[in-house]
Amino acid sequence: MFSFSAYIDLPLIWFGLISTAIFLYVVLDGFDLGVGILFPFAPTDRCRDRMMNSIAPFWDGNETWLVLGGGGLFAAFPLAYAVIMPALYFPVIIMLLGLVFRGVAFEFRFKASGKSRILWDYAFHFGSLAAAFMQGMFLGAFVQGISVDGRNFSGGPFDWLSAFSTMTGLALVCGYILMGATWLIMKTDGETQQWARKCAAYITVFVALFMGLVSLSMPFLNQDVKALWFSLPNFFYLLPMPVLSIVLVILLWHDLHSKREYRPFLLSIGLFVLNYIGLGISLWPWIVPYEITIWQAAAAPESQSLMLVGTVIMLPLVLGYTGYCYYVFKGKTSDEAAY
Amino acid sequence: MVNLDPVLLARIQFAFTISFHIIFPAFTIGLASWLAVVEWRLLKTGNPIYEEIYRMWVKIFAVTFGMGVVSGVVMSYQFGTNWSVFSDKVGNVIGPLLGFEVLTAFFLEASFLGIMLFGWNRVSPRMHFAATIIVAFGTLLSAFWILSANSWMQTPQGFFEGDDGRLYPTNWIQIIFNPSFPYRLTHMVVASYLTTAFVVGGIGAYYLWRKRYVKHARIMFGMAMLMAVFIAPLQPLIGDLHGLNTLKHQPAKVAAMEGLWETQTGAALKLFGWPDQEEERTKFAIEIPKLSSLILTHDLDGEVKGLKEWPKEERPPVAWVFWSFRVMVGIGVLMVLTGIFAAVLFWRKKLFDTRWFQYWCMALTPSGFVAVLAGWFVTEIGRQPYVAYGIIRTADAVSPVVGPQVAVSLLAFIVVYTLVFGAGSYYILRLIQKGPGTPEKDYGAHGMDSPPLLTDLASDQGGRSV
Repeated sequence: MFSFSAYIDLPLIWFGLISTAIFLYVVLDGFDLGVGILFPFAPTDRCRDRMMNSIAPFWDGNETWLVLGGGGLFAAFPLAYAVIMPALYFPVIIMLLGLVFRGVAFEFRFKASGKSRILWDYAFHFGSLAAAFMQGMFLGAFVQGISVDGRNFSGGPFDWLSAFSTMTGLALVCGYILMGATWLIMKTDGETQQWARKCAAYITVFVALFMGLVSLSMPFLNQDVKALWFSLPNFFYLLPMPVLSIVLVILLWHDLHSKREYRPFLLSIGLFVLNYIGLGISLWPWIVPYEITIWQAAAAPESQSLMLVGTVIMLPLVLGYTGYCYYVFKGKTSDEAAY
Repeated sequence: MVNLDPVLLARIQFAFTISFHIIFPAFTIGLASWLAVVEWRLLKTGNPIYEEIYRMWVKIFAVTFGMGVVSGVVMSYQFGTNWSVFSDKVGNVIGPLLGFEVLTAFFLEASFLGIMLFGWNRVSPRMHFAATIIVAFGTLLSAFWILSANSWMQTPQGFFEGDDGRLYPTNWIQIIFNPSFPYRLTHMVVASYLTTAFVVGGIGAYYLWRKRYVKHARIMFGMAMLMAVFIAPLQPLIGDLHGLNTLKHQPAKVAAMEGLWETQTGAALKLFGWPDQEEERTKFAIEIPKLSSLILTHDLDGEVKGLKEWPKEERPPVAWVFWSFRVMVGIGVLMVLTGIFAAVLFWRKKLFDTRWFQYWCMALTPSGFVAVLAGWFVTEIGRQPYVAYGIIRTADAVSPVVGPQVAVSLLAFIVVYTLVFGAGSYYILRLIQKGPGTPEKDYGAHGMDSPPLLTDLASDQGGRSV
């Protein structure tokens, strides 16, 4: 049996890895959920075919990051997994069912004909919307804190439901729409691209609004968060974060009204990075906010060590061939694909 | 809504979602490997018939795989939502196995599936073939890890229980290669291959019977019959070894499979009967003397332990295990018989045009799925009342969620799965009806109702080739 706990802070490393996995999920599945939410609003059926083709080769891989998020949390922080999942019981189940509907829609839509095709178009839309909204609610519920007694969740079935979590739900839906629209600007042209530009510009306003609202309301939810951001000299150290966010929004707004095709997508990812880091700083070092720290929830050092060996070998490989697959399907998507 | 038992509901929910889920991997594990063989034949011979077969079945593969992915994501969260006490207690041991499954297998399958489905015009034929092989390899790797985790829950070892009641690993090799794992893995992979073979063979038989796509059908049917002749007879042998392993580590499960209540020497094999848990006996049994002892101990007068060796609260639900076992074995026998018939008919040069045998194979099309489900019922119900054998009882493993909560989610799963996977089965049947090699009316599965104007398309995408 081997363990690296004498040399390195395993829980810290694992916190970094899980956070990265969840972030990759948010970005990768974020844009394809966003495309799903926009789906029924596309001007023509032709656009819809194209939108779906632009993500069809990737959605499977993207969703696997969600499995890694769940599986990784279970493996590296079993206590956090055991407390958070029952606490978010209904949102998790609704998200999973939403993902069922949108996942099968990729295959079913092209095999259905006539009216039933419209059915799967809407399954795709509502499935994506439900999954995105629920993920946003996880965030809100998480930030508000989870009741814990001993090693178990001790709250009620609807603890996650609040005005704040509803707001974070809407915020994430808008964020995903932004990523989906900017992805389409990058991967399509002509009519679809023009429409995606309009959508992106429209939703940017909402994204900026929600970012402001969520950021400003966080300190009022928890004294520690308030102390962290609004005490000196922290305030000045952390000031670049909101400033940078504002700069990115302005750049994005500018790009959406010019001919740029790639940068809007990268900028919207940038916005997600900043928000995610901001969130991480606020919640550190809790893995179940205000109750359990990453060290308390950590799996046995032997378990984390074994997983670390596997991850160090496998993660570069996974990233490598994921990159290869994106490379194979580079360029603009056509509205029909050989298959 | 007052007395809803969260344990029972959570068990039903897990059984329902996992039973639905296992149908898809059981099929895709075999199908991926078979598609690799078909593509290998295509590259080797250049015969377009192989390409048409591949393109037909890869669509069925895509639909099945999609359903497998979405029902699988559900599983990876359900350990937490409904079995959080279990997750906390055994997470140190089982967590890494599931983590490795995602890292080594899921990403591999999901990423290269894209190339397999949509990469025809974007990568070389060799690279495409490589993608098919990688996907097939990925399905086997994921079987490796998940069956290792499941087998550990059946025959746990390589850990100690800490003062806090949680398990701590002491030896990873012992954990991964626990005693029942090699048997369960082999048994399941062979079961998947046979399931696929009987589906492919059944569809081939259907085309032969209808005299449609005869060239394609002969290949499908012929390959499937090869599996029935050479692989189907292996399964009872592997099953027997697996059974002996179970007898050593989980004798109560074997007693339930046999419907045996009293410990006996020279125990009879009950072909059929009605195990009664209350009265502690198996009613209306039709028996073959001494056969049970012979099978289990390889000795006519060997001793087999009966269920009364264990206190009542330590016994699994006997009737479920007893009957599921008979369903599985019965189908296994039918599969072996199919192989024998096929060999005889082939020898008489009548394999491809014997009408009754085509009916027979059509009737056995779904048999593999039934056998796989029945087999899992035996092993999972036979492990009760434990979730990890001898370590934690199912009743103690459940999350602190209330009954109505689980009732609502269970109902939602039943409605959604029935609807969605019903539709999936319908689309698969339509793909089969449509057959191989027919020009695509819907222009590739990811196209549109009619081919777009070429000029239109070209201008739309800056002149890229269609």
